[in-house]
Amino acid sequence: MSIDLDQFKQIFFEESFEGLDTMESGLLSMNDGGTDLDVVNDIFRAAHSIKGGSATFGFSALASFTHIMEGLLDEMREGKREADSDVVNILLESVDEMRTLMTAYQDDEEPDVEQMQVLQKKLEKVCGMEPSAPSAAKEEGNEAGEAGEEDNRRLGWQIEFEPHDDLLTTGNDPSLLLSELRDLGDVTLTMDDSALPSFDSMNPEQCYLKWSIKLLEKDSDSVVEEDQITEIFEWVEDECDLQIKGIYPDREKSDRRAGDRREGGAQEDRRANNRRTDSRRPSDKKPTQQATNIRVDTNRIDELIDMVGELVITQSMLGQLGDEFDMSKLVRLREGLEELERNSREIQEAVMRVRMQPISFAFNRFPRMVHDLSQKLGKKVRLELTGEETEMDKTVMEKINDPLVHLVRNSMDHGLEGPEERLAGCKEEEGYVRLKAFHQGGSIVVEVSDDGRGLDREKLFNIAVNKGVIQETDVLTDEQVFMLLFAAGFSTAEKLSDISGRGVGLDVVRRNIESLGGNVSVNSVFGEGTVFTIRLPLTLAVLDGQLLQVDGATYVLPLGSIIESLQMDADAISGLAGDTMVYRLRDEYIPIVSLSNLFATDAGDNEDMAGKLLVIVEWADKHIGLRVDELLSQQQVVIKSLETNYERVTGLSGATILGDGTVSLILDVSSLMDMASKAMECVNKPKLAVANGRRVGE
Amino acid sequence: MESVTSLSAAEHQYLTFILSGEEYGVDILTVQELRGWENTTPIPNAPSFVLGVINLRGVIVPIVDLRSRFGLDRIDYGPTTVVIIVKVEANGKERVLGIVVDAVSEVYDINKGDVQPPPDMEGSISIDFVTGLATMEEKMVILLDITKLVNEGIISSQANDSSKAEVAA
Repeated sequence: MSIDLDQFKQIFFEESFEGLDTMESGLLSMNDGGTDLDVVNDIFRAAHSIKGGSATFGFSALASFTHIMEGLLDEMREGKREADSDVVNILLESVDEMRTLMTAYQDDEEPDVEQMQVLQKKLEKVCGMEPSAPSAAKEEGNEAGEAGEEDNRRLGWQIEFEPHDDLLTTGNDPSLLLSELRDLGDVTLTMDDSALPSFDSMNPEQCYLKWSIKLLEKDSDSVVEEDQITEIFEWVEDECDLQIKGIYPDREKSDRRAGDRREGGAQEDRRANNRRTDSRRPSDKKPTQQATNIRVDTNRIDELIDMVGELVITQSMLGQLGDEFDMSKLVRLREGLEELERNSREIQEAVMRVRMQPISFAFNRFPRMVHDLSQKLGKKVRLELTGEETEMDKTVMEKINDPLVHLVRNSMDHGLEGPEERLAGCKEEEGYVRLKAFHQGGSIVVEVSDDGRGLDREKLFNIAVNKGVIQETDVLTDEQVFMLLFAAGFSTAEKLSDISGRGVGLDVVRRNIESLGGNVSVNSVFGEGTVFTIRLPLTLAVLDGQLLQVDGATYVLPLGSIIESLQMDADAISGLAGDTMVYRLRDEYIPIVSLSNLFATDAGDNEDMAGKLLVIVEWADKHIGLRVDELLSQQQVVIKSLETNYERVTGLSGATILGDGTVSLILDVSSLMDMASKAMECVNKPKLAVANGRRVGE
Repeated sequence: MESVTSLSAAEHQYLTFILSGEEYGVDILTVQELRGWENTTPIPNAPSFVLGVINLRGVIVPIVDLRSRFGLDRIDYGPTTVVIIVKVEANGKERVLGIVVDAVSEVYDINKGDVQPPPDMEGSISIDFVTGLATMEEKMVILLDITKLVNEGIISSQANDSSKAEVAA
C-alpha cells in the first residue's frame, strides 16, 4: 500500500535544479557587491527545500551537505557574516557540488563523496564549525542510538511506536509517517521485528513490526513541539500504541503517554534505509529515461478549457443543423462553420502558447558561465541580456542552448581582447558580450555580439586559401568571407584552449541551427566587434502559409518570408548574361528564380515573363523573386516532416495536408536561395554569381 | 488456427505480387496494408522511380514504382494496380512507404528449407535484394528482402543519379 515515491522524485529533481539556478544567480548578484537580504533569503529558501526533499528521498549525502551550507547562509541571513568574495565563491562551488550530487542521484548512482567531503571541510572552516559534527553526515536508518550531546535543553524526542495488528488494513503506511517525522529533525530509527513470524505463517496484511524513534532537533532554532509529532500520528491514533518522551540530558523529565493508538507496519521503510546499499555502481551506467515536463501558467490552461467549451457548443449547434437541414438554413450553417474555424484556430494558437517559454530559461545559465570564464581568461567581461521575455517553442529552445553556449564562449575567447590590449586600443577595459532576442516576422532572432577585435578579413581569406576551402583568385564579399568561419574544419584560433577550439567548430553550430530550419550569419567590423545572428522558426509545428501554384502543383510558401507579390512589368525585366534574369524593383535588382527550373517540373522557358506573377521573398536580408503561375489562398498549415518516411529534400522544409486531403509541399526559402545561386553559378561561372549575390545582398 | 500452429520457426508467410509477369514475395510481417492507386504529389528532383508522396491518414508516405526501380517498362495504372504499404526498420527507426505493383497474388507459407539461393548473376536486375527463390504450385516465386531494398535501393540510392540506380544497386 505504500505510495511510490519515485513519481515525486522527478518533480523533486526538477525543482531542485531550478532551486540551484536560483541560488546561483543570487550568489552571482551578490558578487557584484553588497548583500541584499531578499537575495540571501531566496538562496536560503532554495537550499532549505533541497535539504528537506533530499532527506525525504534518502539522499543523505546531499542532505547533510546542504545542511552545512544552510548554516553558513543562515549566518549571512542574520547579518553575522559578510558576503565577501571568498564566501560567495565557496558557496558557488558548493552549488556546483550539489548539482553533481543531484545528477548522480538522478542517474541512480551513488555519488562520489570525496569531492564533497573536501568542500564540506572548507565550508565548515568558513563557518568556524568544528569539522564533521557527527549529526551532519549521519545516515538515517542506522541502528539506533548513541546518546545525544550533553546539553541543558531538550535535545529531542524519543518516540515508541507500536502499531496494532490491523493498521495496514485501514490503509495506513508507517513508512510515510516515519518519513514525515524526518522533516521535523534528524531521525534515528530502530525497528523491532522480533514479532515477525516465519514466512509461511505470516499474514501479509498484518503488521508485526514496531519502531523506536529518536528525533533530534536539527539546530537551536528549529524547536520541535510535541504537537507537531502527535499531529503526524493523528490519523493512526486509534490503531497504535504511542509513547512520546522528551530527551533531556538527565533523561528523567517529561514522560508522557500520548494515548492508546494503533497501527500496522510494513517493510517499506527498510527499503528506504537500504537504498544506499543496493544502489548500483556507476559502472553499469544507464542513462535514465527522463520524462520532460513543461510548466504552464494555469491561466493558459483555463483559457484552453474555455475554448474547448466553445468548440463543443459550436459542434452541437452544427450537429443540430445537420439533422434537419434545408436550404433556408444555409446562412446559419455558414456562420457555424466560421465559428468552428475561429474556435479551432484559437485552440491551435493556445496549444502552441503552452509550448512557448521565455528565452530567459536559456539565457539564465550565461551569467555564471561568463563569470567563471572571465576569471579563467583574465578578461573583464560584462554580460548584457536583452529580450529575455521573448517566447519560443520549448523544443527549439532546448536545441538552441548548445549553439548559444558555443557562440558566447567563442566571443569571450577569440572575440574579446585582454584588458591591456583593450586599453591600448582606446577601448574600455571591460568588454561586453551581448545576448539579444527578438521576434522578426515568423522567426525568432538571437544575436550574440561583442565589442572585441572583430574578424580579420585578410587573415580569414588566407587561412581558407591555405586549407583549400577557396581559391586565391576567388572574389568574395565580406559576408562570404565571414561565412567561411562556419565551414567544416575551419578554425582561426592560433592556440587551442579548453574553452573553445577543441576541434568542434562553428560548423557544428551551423549544422545544429540548420537542422532546426534556421540559419546563422555573422557580421563584423575589424577592431570594433562581431555579431552572430541566429534565426529560427518560431515554432516547429504550424506555419502561416501562402498557397501557390506552379506547373499544376500546389506549394506552400511561409507567409512571413513574403515581402510582396506583383505582376511583372516587361520593362523591368532584364537579362544578366546567360539565363539569369533580374527584375528591377525600386532601385534593387532582384534575381528571378523559376521553380519550374529548380524543380525540373517543366522545361523552363524564360521568355514571355511579362504579366506573370512574381513573389518577392526575403531570407536573412536577401531577396529573390519566385515566378509562380497562380496565387491561391492563405492558410495555416501543420508542418509534417518528409524525413520521417523519406528523406530531406533540398528546397523543401516539409509537407502538409490540405483541406481536400492531398499533400502539398512546403518551400524552404533559404535553401531555395542556395539552389538558385548554385544554378546560376553553374551557368555563369564564377564571377557573375558573386557580383549577383553582392548586389542582392546589399 | 492450424496455420498458426504449423508455422514453425523455419516457416514464413509471404505475400506475393506480380510484376511484369513474374511473381515476387515479401515477408508478410512487413506489410502494413494494401491500397488502390491514387494520385501522388511529386517530389522535386527525386529519382524517377519515386512517384511522390501521399497522405496516409495524416502521415506523409512516399510511393515507389517497383517496375521503374527494377528497370522494367512502365505501364499505365489500372484497376488491379495495388500499392503495398510496407513498414520497415531503417537506421533504427521505422519507415513507412508504398510500393506500386501490377497486382497482388497469394499468401504462401514458405519453409526455409524450400528456398533456393538466388543464382549468382553479377549485375543482373537488383539481384542484391533477392533472398532466394521458392517454387509454389509449380511457379517460381522470387523472395525479396524488402528492408534492404528500402534502405539501400530506395532511400540511399538517391545520392546517385536516378537513372543509374539499378546499375548502382
